Amino acid sequence: MSVFSDVPQAPPVAVFKLTADFREDSHPQKVNLGVGAYRTDDCQPWVLPVVKKVERLIVEDESLNHEYLPILGLPEFRSASSKVALGDDSDAIKDNRVGGVQALGGTGALRIGAEFLRRWYNGVNNTSTPVYVSAPTWENHNAVFADAGFKDIRPYHYWDAAKRGLDFTGFQDDLEKAPEHSIFVLHACAHNPTGTDPTQEEWKKIAEIMKRRNLFVFFDSAYQGFASGSLDKDAWAIRFFVSEGFELFVAQSFSKNFGLYNERVGNLTVVAQDSENLTRILSQMEKIVRTTWSNPPSQGARIVSKTLNCPELFAEWKANVKTMADRVLLMRDQLKSKLQALGTPGTWDHITQQIGMFSFTGLNPKQVEFMIKEKHVYLMASGRINMCGLTSKNIDYVAQSIHEAVTKIQ
Amino acid sequence: MSVFSEVPQAAPVAVFKLTQDFTNDQFPKKVNLGVGAYRTDEGQPWVLPVVKKVEKIIVHDDRLNHEYLPILGLPEFRSSASKIALGDNSPAIQENRVGAVQCLGGTGALKMGAEFLRRFYNGDNNTKTPVYVSAPTWENHNAVFSNAGFEDVRPYKYWDGEKRGLDLAGFLGDLESCPERSIFVLHACAHNPTGTDPTQEQWKQIAEVMMRRKLFVFFDSAYQGFASGSLEKDAWAVRYFVSMGFEMFCAQSFSKNFGLYNERVGNLTVVARDADNLKRILSQMEKIVRTTWSNPPSQGARIVAITLNTPELFSEWKDNVKTMADRVLLMRAQLKAKLQSLGTPGTWEHITDQIGMFSFTGLNPKQVEYMVKEKHIYLMASGRINMCGLTTKNIDYVAESIHEAVTKQCQDFTMQTKAVHVGRPRIIKRIKSLFHYCS
Repeated sequence: MSVFSDVPQAPPVAVFKLTADFREDSHPQKVNLGVGAYRTDDCQPWVLPVVKKVERLIVEDESLNHEYLPILGLPEFRSASSKVALGDDSDAIKDNRVGGVQALGGTGALRIGAEFLRRWYNGVNNTSTPVYVSAPTWENHNAVFADAGFKDIRPYHYWDAAKRGLDFTGFQDDLEKAPEHSIFVLHACAHNPTGTDPTQEEWKKIAEIMKRRNLFVFFDSAYQGFASGSLDKDAWAIRFFVSEGFELFVAQSFSKNFGLYNERVGNLTVVAQDSENLTRILSQMEKIVRTTWSNPPSQGARIVSKTLNCPELFAEWKANVKTMADRVLLMRDQLKSKLQALGTPGTWDHITQQIGMFSFTGLNPKQVEFMIKEKHVYLMASGRINMCGLTSKNIDYVAQSIHEAVTKIQ
Repeated sequence: MSVFSEVPQAAPVAVFKLTQDFTNDQFPKKVNLGVGAYRTDEGQPWVLPVVKKVEKIIVHDDRLNHEYLPILGLPEFRSSASKIALGDNSPAIQENRVGAVQCLGGTGALKMGAEFLRRFYNGDNNTKTPVYVSAPTWENHNAVFSNAGFEDVRPYKYWDGEKRGLDLAGFLGDLESCPERSIFVLHACAHNPTGTDPTQEQWKQIAEVMMRRKLFVFFDSAYQGFASGSLEKDAWAVRYFVSMGFEMFCAQSFSKNFGLYNERVGNLTVVARDADNLKRILSQMEKIVRTTWSNPPSQGARIVAITLNTPELFSEWKDNVKTMADRVLLMRAQLKAKLQSLGTPGTWEHITDQIGMFSFTGLNPKQVEYMVKEKHIYLMASGRINMCGLTTKNIDYVAESIHEAVTKQCQDFTMQTKAVHVGRPRIIKRIKSLFHYCS
């Protein structure tokens, strides 16, 4: 008898199960369009040249050691990260009301932000404050907030499957109807999984309602630079909300735009009303960090910090980011052309209208099953594909497979 | 108006505040005996030579990339880390009932274990299961478990302030009288902050009671190798409990024994009843990891894995660890000798009886305040000193300062305490121990 006899087997995380299945598949033409990591045109992971360069600088630097970082993380990383999100000329930064908490990737930043809000927002330990996440959203959002203690996590309308675009009416409606002080998790750009972002005009409308109804703004920013190729363009929404005077959080991830997935580099940017509020907020963040990971890991933060704070390295990084973004744009373009050339039923404009790593193809579960089982093309049950999985060598096969799926399966 | 107007200012974490004050202090002879990190005889941080070597290997290995690790971490790190704790020939490992979760240092391992236990141990989401931590213990233990949802975190008797040693009777008493299935956080070796560990015979008694009363064993192992210089010796208690058939957790930290403090290298070793239980446990651990940090950081785990899995590097590492442990032992011997030759009141055997990085000097809060304010020697209010902060250059100054603190602070303290705190058992114990110094 074990004290753990009744512990149930948990189902595997879908996206990792998909990759595990892909690995075991011996079909020569198999394609992995599942997990969100960049791949080169040779379908290989890519360590950014600037990252390799900086790693060498770090290992040669005798002045560095492995002493604990401060609880909130490497100071030069935190400030540089927040600057990347908010802009060099950010008034909020000049007003000394912006702070950062170095966190374990975007997940860690969301988690620390969620834990803080559950303890201190809208009352003390108010676990009933509704948290809204988009329908659909990144599969982990719901669980991060639930595990932070929130009991009421709800979807807000986002994806309109019929018109294959943003359900802006539904979105606004939910904003108008949500209880005051509800928390909304907004995707800063390159919405995961739909690749569909509000336009600037739509963001303005969203902000207007959120301000009027006292809703809390929590941005998830995992693709800055990666989406359009431009850091500033991809941060427009965040910067607009900041300029509108919101107190807000931004969970930043450097997993994708630095290709540093496994070093867990993230930052929770806190934009407070003033520096006095900021001080108190950060002091409570420290308490939460202390009981979760004590203080954050150094390597990834050092790499990012050195890069962002050195002009030549920063320029080189931006070029590396553009390389990745451009390849994705090329694949989008080519996939759409091929589907159109094949005469695949439906419209495929959404492939190039959507932005970032992912595309919501519109394939239904049966069609997805066909893709995986018959064609050995692995994608999420939602129809989400990772554009980075496409290469000049496999794109014909993928386009043909989609064509078959759509024509054979309804 | 801010939505955060009511958020109170949190008090800073004591040990980091201490270091901050130390950093701001201009006094030329200042000494930092606070935070637990190794220092060389020059008072400098030490990047282990083997670590430097492996970091270079890593940076030049073009086969390595930065793709996400599995949720539970780097497989070769997890297995070698568990092997270090349980031993090369561990039957439990051979029986496929040992698994691991790569975590963010010892803190992360404790946190994952705590979150799991709160959800799945002793019922479903039973937040009332008592969690016992030693009195005293690492200042973060209590908060890690309560933030994981446990509502009832209690002390178990451990430190006997009077005899300056283990209160075994009290410890066993708590084990006998606590509710069945309570969780006990045990320090595998080099107890923090007292430096006082149970003997092997005492561990056997502890294990007997825990098995009989169905108490859950959760080891915190942050100093393996660092305490005695021997990995095996420092893991004796952990291995004994495994051999007794306990299902248990062991939170391992590689911060100290690899000097990799800031890369957050830890491992939660899970010893289950059998492979089937292990599988289910690990599947639930994945869910918890996924919503906390998704998957763990690579760099530190790679360094440790390469070192542990390469015979020459493993040897070199053990030497590096022994270097650190030996310096600490030397400082212990010298501090005691100096206090004895100064004729400082009290007995100072505990300085060399205790083991690991820390020593519980027995200095009371007033004496500590004197040390910090008058002598610019920074130590924790509990009287805990980090032996690593001592060097051949500062040890005389520290010994003299302790001597002054003990001899000067007798009277003042007694008078103040009598006036304000009569009747409080802890203070009365302190008065008694002070008389012990002064007699």
